[in-house]
Amino acid sequence: MAKVPVRFTLNGRETALFVDGGANLLDVLRRGAGDLSPKYGCGQGTCGTCTVLVDGEAHLSCLTLAEIIEGRSVSTVSGLSNGPDLHALQTCFMENFAAQCGYCTSGMLMAAKALLDTNPNPTRDEVIEAISGNLCRCTGYEPIIDAILLAAERGQGNRSPSYGSAR
Amino acid sequence: MSSVEFRKDLFADERPENLNEIGLPKQRQDALGHVTGRSPYYDDNLYDGLLHMRMVRSSEYHARIRSISLNGADMMPGVVRVIQAADVPHNINTLLSLIGFGRDDEALLQDKKVSYRGEAILAIIAETELQARKACQAVRVDYEALPHVLDVEEALKPQAPVVNEEYPNNTFDYYDRYDHQKLRFGDPHAAMARADHIVEGEYQMSPIEQAPMETCGAIAVPETNDRILCHTCSQALFFSLGTTAKLLDTPSSRLHFKGGTVGGGFGGKVDSLNEPMAVLGAKLTGRPVKFTWDREEEMQVGAPRGAERWRIRDGVMNDGRIIAREFTGFFDSGAYTRLSSYAVVKGTAHLPGPYTIPNVASNVYCVFTNRTPATAMRGFGITGVDFAIECHMDKVAETVRMNPIELRLLNAYRDGDMKPHRRVAKNTAYIECCQVAAGKADWAIAPEYSAMSSLRDGGGERASIPLTMIDEEGRIGERKRGANIDTAPSKITKDSGRAPSVIPILEATQAMGEQAAGRPQVGKATSPAPQPSAPPAPAPAMAPSQTPSPTSAVPAAPQRSAFARLQASEPAAPSQSRPVEPQPSTPTPPSESEQPYRPSEPFSRGVKRPGASPFISGRRR
Repeated sequence: MAKVPVRFTLNGRETALFVDGGANLLDVLRRGAGDLSPKYGCGQGTCGTCTVLVDGEAHLSCLTLAEIIEGRSVSTVSGLSNGPDLHALQTCFMENFAAQCGYCTSGMLMAAKALLDTNPNPTRDEVIEAISGNLCRCTGYEPIIDAILLAAERGQGNRSPSYGSAR
Repeated sequence: MSSVEFRKDLFADERPENLNEIGLPKQRQDALGHVTGRSPYYDDNLYDGLLHMRMVRSSEYHARIRSISLNGADMMPGVVRVIQAADVPHNINTLLSLIGFGRDDEALLQDKKVSYRGEAILAIIAETELQARKACQAVRVDYEALPHVLDVEEALKPQAPVVNEEYPNNTFDYYDRYDHQKLRFGDPHAAMARADHIVEGEYQMSPIEQAPMETCGAIAVPETNDRILCHTCSQALFFSLGTTAKLLDTPSSRLHFKGGTVGGGFGGKVDSLNEPMAVLGAKLTGRPVKFTWDREEEMQVGAPRGAERWRIRDGVMNDGRIIAREFTGFFDSGAYTRLSSYAVVKGTAHLPGPYTIPNVASNVYCVFTNRTPATAMRGFGITGVDFAIECHMDKVAETVRMNPIELRLLNAYRDGDMKPHRRVAKNTAYIECCQVAAGKADWAIAPEYSAMSSLRDGGGERASIPLTMIDEEGRIGERKRGANIDTAPSKITKDSGRAPSVIPILEATQAMGEQAAGRPQVGKATSPAPQPSAPPAPAPAMAPSQTPSPTSAVPAAPQRSAFARLQASEPAAPSQSRPVEPQPSTPTPPSESEQPYRPSEPFSRGVKRPGASPFISGRRR
């Protein structure tokens, strides 16, 4: 399969890769760019664990053709915190026990970020709608919804310095 | 912040004030990794030259494999290796062989017969996942379809196809003796005869897929020291290690298993199907190999919580006391044993639920069908029967027109009560749970029920083991030979029942309680509540120990079970091709050559047999 050059911005950093023609963005991010934060859950666009932001909009990376991100900007959970300073969504997820096995958390956080970026004060129903494409088998969703609402209350731009550096 | 409410008012003397951590929310140690996307799942290990494995799977429920044609798959672009059944060094296993329970019945790769749809036949390893998939599509398997059975009770019939050749009766063999797990406590038959109501119900639960967000998988990598490193999402790392060592006939010291972060398991990641295949692939290719299920495989061949069917029959007094309870349970194990044999034992120990009932009997079957093998899932063995029990409690409450919470409180177990599996209940809290639940739901209960406590009024006569009627129905293979035996445990008062001696029942009860429990509470009735006018049980209860009587002597049940096949009135139905049993509806008395039955030890634990696995962690014993 022919290799295709793709240049894009990943979490603010310029990135250039040769990808297989027809490769999906999830594979390219994980195996090509080495960003392991988006996860494979179904490969069919039904579970949301691979959610990333492309130009600020939530996309399912398993169904996104890697070639179409040429010149665009991709954000993942790896870029959510500023060094050791966590994003409000991350601290609220931790405090609310919104992550158990953690496998859906990356996608859940990006779906939540896409919501708060466009709607800083969502209602509970709007939060539920925003994460309706993301499945979670552990929490029963309530702690996640609470965490997102709390992050909105705190102002999502706030960063908490209290948790030290990530591993 | 936590939604957990810590109630210091309940069991207050067990809740000291000087605790520092208990009762306070505590941050999860892995939370930071989760929210930053840095938790190390098995698939986050990147290797250059990683190969991908895919499976050719059975398209049939039950079929003999006539031939397998690679059809050029091994020559297709990117294909590195084809693995067939003959490449697996020790291609037979059962999960619980690591603890010596049950016989090896399942191959990692099948080349002779498939017993469920999706069963693995051969594996193809290729440079990319796509190439492996394309090669799998090229393989042609020629099947000779066999009749299949998908229902547990159909599988018990004599003419049912044999699903699992290690267990030709389609049931797991318990204690080398019975085709089901028995529980016998007291004399439910006699108690039903004096009950005011008989309440019956049938409940069924379908298989449930655990559906973890991360599908099952493993990456195996040859290390530089002649070991194989295996990154896995297994929930049971050492279980997977031992299983892999056994299947590959490799000392476990040659394997290095690395796990820890599980992307959701819920019981679905204990079956250790991916790890042996990935390690075998790495051994045969000398390269890193990944074997991951896609979502479709996870749903189709990932072992679910098995289907269960339960029948419950209660003897209830007008005041709501349940004086007898009988269960018939069918666990659908699918095509192989996996963990269902254990689930049945565990479920039986749970009966009759969190209630103190003086007479309990159950027959629970671990049945093989041509469905996907079942495995663990969150409380398995308990969840299905608890669903049945609690539905049934509501039905009982309707029958006696009682508040359903009060009915539960009245019959709830308390500290010191004897459970039918002969363990004394400790640290019970069911009464308090019901009280709090009633409060939260604004469900009114009478003051005397609000005042109940798990700490009071238990034990004493409720701690004794009653005279227990024992039978030998359901010997291994009887059903397959055409014997028409009811699956319900009810017909104990026939000739197969054994009582220690022929004495009036109350005296017998005392004697047995003294004998079996070794407890001082003699001279008391076994029922939990006083029964001033309880007459001795009718004579049929003691009939068994007198004369082995023909079927015509069986007394009619006080109220005929809707589901029980009334064996007494059924004619003998010998199967045509099998040796005819003289009285199929009568349990066969043990022959002289068989070891005489000892009622004092019917509950021995564990199955030890010469045919059990010779392996412990890959080393022959």
